[in-house]
Order: sequence, then structure tokens, then C-alpha cells
Amino acid sequence: MNYRVIVEVTLREGIADPEGATIERALPALGFTGVTNVHAGKSFRLDVEATDESAALERATALAERLLSNPVIENATARLGKAGE
Amino acid sequence: MSSAPEPLHRALGLTDAELGDIRNVLGREPNHLELALYGVMWSEHCSYKSSRMHLRRLPTEAPHVLVGPGENAGVIDAGDGIAVAIRIESHNHPSAIEPYQGAATGVGGILRDVFTMGARPLCVMDPLFFGELTDARQRWLVEGVVSGISGYGNSVGVPTIGGELTFDDCYASNPLVNVLCAGALPTERLVLGVASGVGNLAVLLGSSTGRDGIGGVSVLASAGFAGDDGAASLDDAKRPSVQVGDPYEEKRLIEACLALLDGGYVVGIQDLGGAGIVCATSETAARGGVGMDVDVTAIPLREPRMVPYEIMTSESQERMLAIITPENWPAVAALCAKWEVRASVVGHVVEPVVRQDGTSVGMLRVRDGFDGEVLAEVPAKSLADEAPLYDRPRRRPADLDAIRADDPTDDEPVGSPNDDLLALLVDPAWVYRQYDSQLFLNTVVGPGRDAALLRLAGPGLPHSERGIAISTDSNPRWCALDPRAGTALTVAESAANLACVGATAKAVVNCLNFGNPEHPEVMWQLSESIDGMAEACNGLGLPVIGGNVSLYNESGGSDIDPTPVVGLLGVVDSLVAPPPGWNWREGDAVVLVGTRRAVGDQAHPLGGTRWATGRGRRGGRVPRFDAVTLAGAIDFVAAEIARVCAGGTSDVTAVHDVSGGGLAAALAEMVAVTGVGVDVVELTGHGELFSEFPGRFVMATSDVEAFSVRAGAAGVPVASLGVVGGGRLRIGTMVDLAVGDITVRRRGALEVALALD
Amino acid sequence: MTRIGVVVFPGSNCEYDAASGVTQLGAQAEFVWHSSTDLSGFDGIILPGGFAHGDYLRPGALARFSPVMEAVGRFAADGRPVLGICNGFQVLTEAGLLPGALQKNRGLTFLCQPTTLIVESTNSVLTSAATVGQELVIPINHFSGAYTCDDATLHQLEANGQVVLRYKDNPNGSRDDIAGVANVAGNVVGLMPHPERAMSTLLGSADGRVLLEGFVGAYVAVR
Repeated sequence: MNYRVIVEVTLREGIADPEGATIERALPALGFTGVTNVHAGKSFRLDVEATDESAALERATALAERLLSNPVIENATARLGKAGE
Repeated sequence: MSSAPEPLHRALGLTDAELGDIRNVLGREPNHLELALYGVMWSEHCSYKSSRMHLRRLPTEAPHVLVGPGENAGVIDAGDGIAVAIRIESHNHPSAIEPYQGAATGVGGILRDVFTMGARPLCVMDPLFFGELTDARQRWLVEGVVSGISGYGNSVGVPTIGGELTFDDCYASNPLVNVLCAGALPTERLVLGVASGVGNLAVLLGSSTGRDGIGGVSVLASAGFAGDDGAASLDDAKRPSVQVGDPYEEKRLIEACLALLDGGYVVGIQDLGGAGIVCATSETAARGGVGMDVDVTAIPLREPRMVPYEIMTSESQERMLAIITPENWPAVAALCAKWEVRASVVGHVVEPVVRQDGTSVGMLRVRDGFDGEVLAEVPAKSLADEAPLYDRPRRRPADLDAIRADDPTDDEPVGSPNDDLLALLVDPAWVYRQYDSQLFLNTVVGPGRDAALLRLAGPGLPHSERGIAISTDSNPRWCALDPRAGTALTVAESAANLACVGATAKAVVNCLNFGNPEHPEVMWQLSESIDGMAEACNGLGLPVIGGNVSLYNESGGSDIDPTPVVGLLGVVDSLVAPPPGWNWREGDAVVLVGTRRAVGDQAHPLGGTRWATGRGRRGGRVPRFDAVTLAGAIDFVAAEIARVCAGGTSDVTAVHDVSGGGLAAALAEMVAVTGVGVDVVELTGHGELFSEFPGRFVMATSDVEAFSVRAGAAGVPVASLGVVGGGRLRIGTMVDLAVGDITVRRRGALEVALALD
Repeated sequence: MTRIGVVVFPGSNCEYDAASGVTQLGAQAEFVWHSSTDLSGFDGIILPGGFAHGDYLRPGALARFSPVMEAVGRFAADGRPVLGICNGFQVLTEAGLLPGALQKNRGLTFLCQPTTLIVESTNSVLTSAATVGQELVIPINHFSGAYTCDDATLHQLEANGQVVLRYKDNPNGSRDDIAGVANVAGNVVGLMPHPERAMSTLLGSADGRVLLEGFVGAYVAVR
């Protein structure tokens, strides 16, 4: 059957994140103070055909590491999506 | 099973003999931090220790050279009060690991080298070398590298106006990503990376410092660096060896630095590239003959728990080091604030230390707080200039004669020249469409032609009608067979490209991409190649004003073919009209200008041609470099086209240099671009169709008699090829193709190979 | 002399080119830093191309909050000429001064190439000197240039003659081949192609002149 999976790709710790840093610098000017540690990433929503939930996650993780991210600089995490997500 | 831990200096890439040298310099045992500083500064990448003694054989002087090799960029006087700075570098290994960021940070680094000289970067060019595209990984690399150049270059706002694209299996595991940048400045504003004035401040501008690019040093963690610095407590995963570029930071840094220079606030300025802060501080201090105190605690950090060796050697991008007087600090800080560029005082220029023998030596001191403990203290010059030089063993490859003897020139032609020709046609437009090639309104001839041509204009420059032309060239196929002649011919080929846009070559920069220098065959190739470059530069009267050497381009013990890349900078004295380009018209006479047969014992050699390598034939011989013959044709063509650029009347309607793919490919490219065919006389076999030696030009003229008289007066041979017209490319009895087939095949070749279609 | 303000955000990069374009036509150009809130004395405002604030998050998403944009909004509301070129167009849509939005190109690559545009309407400060149906060769230079809007907006644009320029051969997947749009009054215009890059045959095309001539002359008509 099909399982809804959400894959998040974020930069690994220690890798420069210019997009996150730029957004963080822009926030105080709009009145949003006290917001730190802004990090940008990508989110993917997939329907994966598999026998069970763990098989679906395993497949999604594999494809996330092969295609959706470059493991040299990015982490990819897969989780099951909630209904309607 | 256990083994003795590797000594720290070896883990840092230093030999036992080099450790001895360091002990001699210091007169004592170096501490761990000092050893790490020497490790990066005496690396091949920073010190050129294997190549420097050979590079000295290159000619570097000419009256118009303002700055030669050894500075951040070479600079020439282009006339009208304008100086042009130019530099080429490699970013090969980073691009192999993370193609987007590797290529992007390569662009960022080269821009900083140029605006460090006070020049506004005006253009970038990118010679790229990958494996064959039948391999999916190569396609991933190509897309990543091209989008990295596009993403960074377009955003930072410097046009990418050309480059080269080469596919060969020798680059499959080790792609080459070279990048050239040229910029311009009012001649009187030239600044150098020199620290002077005791009491002056060293100001770090731009990004905060993270652990970027210290992967090379991360062996420290496993080499018992532990103890003192606590390095071993860090997780390896937190040591990214990949730098991430931020073009937005770089754009603000460019504007802020140029504004600082305009304001006269800067005594000296230096970019931070390989080896980061230690490199910038030791080089500026060494050039100024002064000392420098650096406070590691004053350097803004992006990550917690960084230790001094990481801070000093980090290659975090988008940083500059400016030397300023203390009075100017408020103005500098305000200007940087406007451009949202971080500025921090991280060092002081200090008096050199006077030794007992009366000599003075500038010391680089790394301190924990300006008045704090001295963590490292070494002569700045010993880091920057005094790495040991090596005359590594050289050996002519044992199999070279056998390879040369396996000559495709002697082969009987097999198959159809029509198919062979179509297979050679590749339009690189898929690549250069992704580059902003037009910014600053200077681009008269953009990517995809013989050479790029720009108006010599830009913000802050005096008015000029001049133009500058740049071409990057390489021919690893030639250089594998004969690195000396191959390199010499590459320089000639590049000068010929400049002639096609009316420019006279003024200076050369080079990027020498070779294999492992510990292989004697590679050192022989490098040495021969440098001799060939010297021969060509001397013969054509060209100074070499800068360069970069990239060694250890190998994988699995297999070296790449020798790949010296040259970038030639030329000047057009009056640029008010575009050069004719490839745009011939119906009824024009087509001629071959220059020697019809190669210099040497083969009239039309096929060794090292794209035609031969496409058939798996990598042997054969390379023609001789003959400066007189080449210069005659090149100078004649440059003068003919320069007259068009100056707005003069001319019967010349088109010009194209004969290079990769030979005469047949040159004709087919002109057909493809104009959509107009040509009927060409019989040539002497497939040799003359596909042979690739330089110094030949396909030109079209509306008055072949007048043209021939001028060529005759210049002593340059002209051979009639045919007449433009019709819907087919016909070359004697050998080639007969419809214009549409040529156009479609050429336009789609790259996208088909990249599996995008 | 006509005074044109060229807004410079950190990350803008076509400001010199835009200034050059209007000064070639006899106007005076001055840079306006993005923190400025005073646009008095200007006869027209250009938001030039580039990557304001790095284009991080979305092109124009951070630039619309720069202090100058409030002043640009008032300037536009007064009926005075405002032109957004490329990134400037993206900023104007993010700021709500023009309808629609710009998405990534259909081919998901940056495109720098000549395009042929067709003038659809002359009821705007940009196209007032051109003629309807005129073809102009003007380069594009963008990653996110595919114009998009909902059906209702498209219907309104067509009904009001707000589509000012269309691509003859759509390069980027823009809806209905739209290359440039105006507001209802015609004093605020945005386009993805770069007219300032097409001012001279030396550089390939002079077809951009007729557009910038219209813009530089527009203040007379507005006053």
C-alpha cells in the first residue's frame, strides 16, 4: 500500500547556511526580535508504495540519501506524514 | 593489533626533513599550533614547492606589465589610464566532492583575488573538464558545476563570458574546474597586499569563521593532536571540508572593499583563500617586512569550541583582511555597516624583531587576547616564502615512443566523413545560457565564439574606446603526446582566438593541471610543458603575469593527461563596431588564411585530434611550434578585424579560427550559426578535414582580390576554399550535408548527451 | 532635466546598467539606498535587476520590507512612474504593487538569451513610445521569470489592457506568454526582460531604447 512520507533535507551542522543567516538578520527590522538559530532547508512530500511503515521509511530514506540530498553537506530525515499532511 | 601513532608533523603533511627545516628556522622545537601553521603554508597548494623552480623559466616582463606573478593577480596597463587585473585558478578537488559548492566557491575566490588589487571584477570564464557523459555521475557533475557557477556568478553580479568544455575519460574521477577573472581599475588606484606602518590595524572583513575547508587538517583529530588543544574531543562529522559560498555576502564585500579603496582608507588588502588567516597575515607581513600580532579571540566565529589551529587555517569563504591606520577605523566601520559587512580588528602591525646578527625579521604572533599569552611565534616570511623547493625526479614516460608511433595519421579512412563531422559538433549553449554574460553592458562578443570581447568600461573607470578580449585554451590530447609542443601550440591557438575579435595578445595567465608530482613522468610533463610555454611566450613576445599550479590530479594511481590551461588577455585599441564573427553572407568568397600544411614532417597530422580520440586512437605526433609562421597569420588577422572594430570599411564578412574538429568543424560551425551553406573545393583527404594545428583561419570576404592583395603584402598565404550560398555544406566529394541537419545536430548534441532531452 | 531614482538594495547588480540606460537618453540618474524613505524630487523610480538580499527565501521576499518600499508605494499611489526590471519586477509583485508572481523557469535553469517581445499595449509609462504589435529584441536574464497568476487576475489583466509585453517564443513558461504587466493606471510597470541591455547595436540590439524613452518621457504626461 501507499504511505505518505515527509523528507526534510537540511544542511549538516557546521556547514555555512547563508540563507538562514540572511533571514535571521532581516527579522529584527520587521519587529521579530529574539529569534535565533534560523536554518533553511527543503521539505519533500512523497507517497511510497511499501509493505509496511518501516519499509516505506527505509525506501524514502534511501532515495533521500541518493537523490534528494548530497550527504557531503546535507542531512536527510524521513518521517511518516499525518493524515492530510 | 596496534601500531605506533603517526608523528604529528607527518599527519600534517610535513616530511621529516621539513620538520628539521622548521626547527632550524625557530631554533627550537615547534609547538603543535606552529606545526599546523607550517603544515598548511608549506603544502603544495600554498607553497608551489614542486613547481616553483620550473616556473622561473617563464618570461614575465614587458613594458606594459604593472604587476607580475606572485601577487593576488597580474596587472597590465591597458591604456587610457586603465589597468586590467587578471587571474586564473583551479577548484578541482572541491568540485569533485560537491560540484555546486565547489564551483561556486571557486568563482568567489577568484573574484576576491581580483578586487584585492583594487579592480572591479568585470568578467569570469570557466574552463571545465569532465569524463564522458555516458556515465551518470559525470552528468551529475556537469549539472552541478554549471549551476554552481551560474548560481554564484549571476548572483554576485559578475558576467561569465566564456570558457571551455572538454570531455575525456581521464577526468572521470578527477574533474577539472578552472576559473579565470579579469577586472579593471584606474591605473593610479592599484593596491597591493602589503602590511606596513607599525601600529596599523589588521581588520577582518566579511563572514564569520567556521570549520570550513579544514578537512585537510582534520587528520589532526586522529593523530594525537588531542591533549593541549582538545581537538580530539570534536566529532569528525563537525569538520566539513566543503566550503559553502554566499554570493550575497561576496557582493556586499566587493562593494564595501571598493568603497574603502575609493575613500583611501586602506594601506594594503588581501583576500583570504587557501590557508585562511594564517596565509593572509603572514603574506602581508612578509611583503611589508613587518611583524603582525593576531588575536585569535578577536575573530568572529560561526561555531562553538573552535581551537586556535582551526581558526587560523579555516577556509571560510567571503573574508578579506584590510590593513588600515587607526585614525581611519571609525570611517571603515561606518562604511562596512552601510554594506552590512562585519568588520573586526583582529591584528596589529608590529616592529620586526632585531636579531643578534643585526638582521630584522617580522614575526607572526598568534595571541590569546592582544595582551594575552603568545600561542605561536614564527617568522612571517618563513611561512609565506621559505618553504623548501624541490627538484623532484623527472622521467620521460617509457611508453611515449610507442604511443607516438601508433599514429592515426597513417590510418586509412573508415566510414563516412559526413558522420564523423556530425559527431564532432557540440553547441555549448546549454551551458552558457545559464550564465549572465551581459551585465555591465560591455559584452560585445559573449560565450560560444572564438574569444570573448568586452568594452573596457565600468563604474569609476576613465572613458575609453578600447576593448579587451580574453580566451581560455587547452589541449590535453596534444599535451599527452608532446607536452612541450602541445603547450606551445596551445598558447598560439589562444592568440589566434584573440585575433578573430581583432585583439592583440598582451599577457598570459596559466593554470597548470597535472597529476601526482611524485611520479617522475608527471614532473617531466610539467617541466616540458613549462618549457613549451616559455618558448611560445618568448616567440610571440608575451609575458606570463600570473598562474596557478594544481597537482595531484589523479585517482586510483592514474594521472590525468597534462592539462595546462592558458588564458590570454588582449586589447583592441578602438572598439566602436562589433567584429564580423561567423556571419558570412550569400555570395561571399571563403578563404583559408595561414599555412595550409603543418610545420613538421606531416602535412595534416591527426595525432591528438578530436577526430582521432573519438575513434579511440590516442597516439601520433604533434606538429612543431613555429613562431614566425604563426605570428605572421595571427597578426594579419588581428589587424584585419581590428579595422572592422574601429569602424573602418572592410570586405571581411566573417572569421573563425580552425581548432577542435579541424577545418571541417570550423566550416560546419559557421554554417550552423548563419543557416547558410557553402560549397568548398576538394581537400587533401580526411587529414585536411580534421587536422587541428593552429595558425589557420576560415575567412569570408566580399572582395577576394583586394583581400588577397593585402594578405600577400603581409606575406600570409591565402587559399581559396569556395563560395557561400545554398542549403548544403559540401566539401569536395567527402562531405555533403543539409544545413538543417548540421544545425539540429549541433544544437541538440549536449542536451542529448546529458540525457535532458 | 528628468531625474530618475535607481533604488539600490544590498545585492542589486544592474543599478549601473539601469542608470546608464536612462542617462543615455538625456535623463539624470541617482542611486537611492534601500534604507531611504524620501523620494521627493524624482520624476521616476527604477527598481533594477539583481539579487536583492541575495534572493534568499524568495526573490523580492525580503526586499519588499526594505524601508524604501513604503516610499515607492506612496510614489506609485501618486500616479508617478515606477519601473521594475527583472528582480525589480519580482520585488513589485511581492510588495503587491503589481498583480501576479514570478516562479522558477519551466526548464529549472537560469536563462540568459535574447528574446523577441511583442508590444501588447501602449497604455503604460514603459510602452507609451512604442506601437502595438511592434516586435523588440531584448535579452532576458533570470532564474525565476515565469509569470503566473490566477484565472481571475488574468481575466482582469486582459480586460484592462494591463499586459504590456508578451514573448513571441515563450522561453520560461510564463502564463499566456506574459513578459511585462502594468497596474490599472499604467504608471507602475514590471517586466522580466532587460531593456537597458538593448541600448546599442554594438552590444547586439538597440530595441530597448523605445521602452526607456517612453519611461523617461512619462513624467511629462503624468504631471
